[in-house]
Amino acid sequence: MNPDYLDFEQPIADLEVKINELRLVGADNNMNISEEIDNLQEKSHKLTTKIFSSLSPWQISMLARHPLRPQTEDYIRYMCTEFEELHGDRMFADDQSILGGVAYLDDIPVMIIGHQKGRSTEEKVRRNFGMPKPEGYRKARRLMLLAERYKMPVLTFIDTLGAYPGVDSEARGINEAIAENMAIMSRLKVPIIATVTGEGNSGGAIAIGVCDYLNMLEYSTYYVISPEGCATILWKSADYKADAAEAMGVTSSRLEELGIVDRTVPEPLGGAHRDMQLTATRLKETLLEQIRQLKNMDVDALLERRYKRLMRHGSSS
Amino acid sequence: MSWINKILPSKIKTDTEVKSRNIPEGLWKKCPRCDAVLYSSNLAENKDICPKCDHHLRISARRRIDIFLDPEDRVELGKDIEPHDILKFKDLKKYKDRLVAAKKATGENDALVVMQGKLKGQPLVVVAFEFGFIGGSMGSVVGEKFVIAVNKCLEENLPLVCFATSGGARMQEALVSLMQMPKTSAALERMKQNGLLYISVLVDPVYGGVSASLAMLGDINVAEPNALIGFAGQDVIRQTVRENLPEGFQRSEFLLAHGAIDMIVHRKDMRDKLYSLITKFMHSYSVQAS
Repeated sequence: MNPDYLDFEQPIADLEVKINELRLVGADNNMNISEEIDNLQEKSHKLTTKIFSSLSPWQISMLARHPLRPQTEDYIRYMCTEFEELHGDRMFADDQSILGGVAYLDDIPVMIIGHQKGRSTEEKVRRNFGMPKPEGYRKARRLMLLAERYKMPVLTFIDTLGAYPGVDSEARGINEAIAENMAIMSRLKVPIIATVTGEGNSGGAIAIGVCDYLNMLEYSTYYVISPEGCATILWKSADYKADAAEAMGVTSSRLEELGIVDRTVPEPLGGAHRDMQLTATRLKETLLEQIRQLKNMDVDALLERRYKRLMRHGSSS
Repeated sequence: MSWINKILPSKIKTDTEVKSRNIPEGLWKKCPRCDAVLYSSNLAENKDICPKCDHHLRISARRRIDIFLDPEDRVELGKDIEPHDILKFKDLKKYKDRLVAAKKATGENDALVVMQGKLKGQPLVVVAFEFGFIGGSMGSVVGEKFVIAVNKCLEENLPLVCFATSGGARMQEALVSLMQMPKTSAALERMKQNGLLYISVLVDPVYGGVSASLAMLGDINVAEPNALIGFAGQDVIRQTVRENLPEGFQRSEFLLAHGAIDMIVHRKDMRDKLYSLITKFMHSYSVQAS
């Protein structure tokens, strides 16, 4: 099994193996087998299209956690120029599961804050697998307040398994860190645009997720509890994770129907990791359009709009 | 019923259901902490605090409000708001059926009760979570009623007191329930900006999305003694860190020591303490009003 492909993608992986073998054979023997390769490539494309046209919510959840999926650092690299990372919460530590800093998006200075899960084992450990402790959220808070003072739009990128469930996290007040971030974001006097790029799990996601526009990448997920967690509690077994993902409506299409998500950013065939540049370009276009719409709004109107958006959720009136 | 019960002749069955029916219901209760057998009437007089070990027993939202507010001038707010099954959610049970069962068990429409009233003559709004209603979980109705409470405070310049006890966000409302966290937090921020006092009282237990939003945002955070308060559940933490949790972890006393709350207040002193706080912080309003 090829670890770069998910289980439901294995037929595609098998074809890709064949294509690569043929390429090697062709190179060794000077044989002209390009026609055969073309055929197989077309087949692979068709198969991918077919598989990706009817993904289940659980399959999308797996794609959202794909090991090769682009992370905040990648989006910064492909979308922005002159990124300067800013570190630390000024109180306790620099939590590297949240990445923050300033950059240009075209010619607009922006504050970027996003989860970073890490890719190599060393990086994953350093970044605590993208699970922030209170100091991570407090760093995010500091950067948001900084952005407010210098009138920079705040762009957040959500991709986390959740806030870190540990003794130290609790001792330093993870619940207060999340709550206070939401309160401050609800009245921050600059535009905030949040994008779920991978998985957005619960309080750990919403703590940087209060916004004027909420985007989701096509194969990202957003939930109040992970499908595994939900299945364990309500179905009494994590084996029902696919049922839980279905029932909760974790995908962008379902959340758009519910009026929570504003925009779904389409991903390249096979997912964001197959073409990071294209994914980032599409997201950048969306972000620029949204910044333009929000930038000229009067501050009071912007805050009133944000407040009304929040009050609308689950309102009976 | 296990297989052995099925094959036993009915004469020798020791059916617990039949047995329990012989005891007058509700005459006595057992303290969950020290196992002392307590007469319900004594317990009620003692505000549901165990006279033997001082354990604060869990009580309903209505009882909570009843022992806190003055008896006169109470007006319930948002009483008729009913929950909706937005997602048509179904796990082993239908969410709809869970709602019906919870309503039957508690007599409430959902997990929050909002009451405008007075504390020793001081006007205020009180909200209390009903833990018996799907674990006091926060869905759209809880969020909506909480905002109704805040709006009443904003209209009439009143302080707000919240008694939170909850397992967290309500899974059956999925992301809509998550959105109640920023919704209630944003509303509280408006109170703060208008200089209106919000006191959050944490009572056993408070977890998840409720602890990480409205329950931790008090100008003053208060807890009853020995309440369990945390973001992540202890089992989840134990599985993550793979070590024993420290003694007293996530208890009120732990939170006080770590700076998360202002004080621990005994249930018997709640009225006096909160009155003492409110009159000081709301002094400018009472001067204006008189």
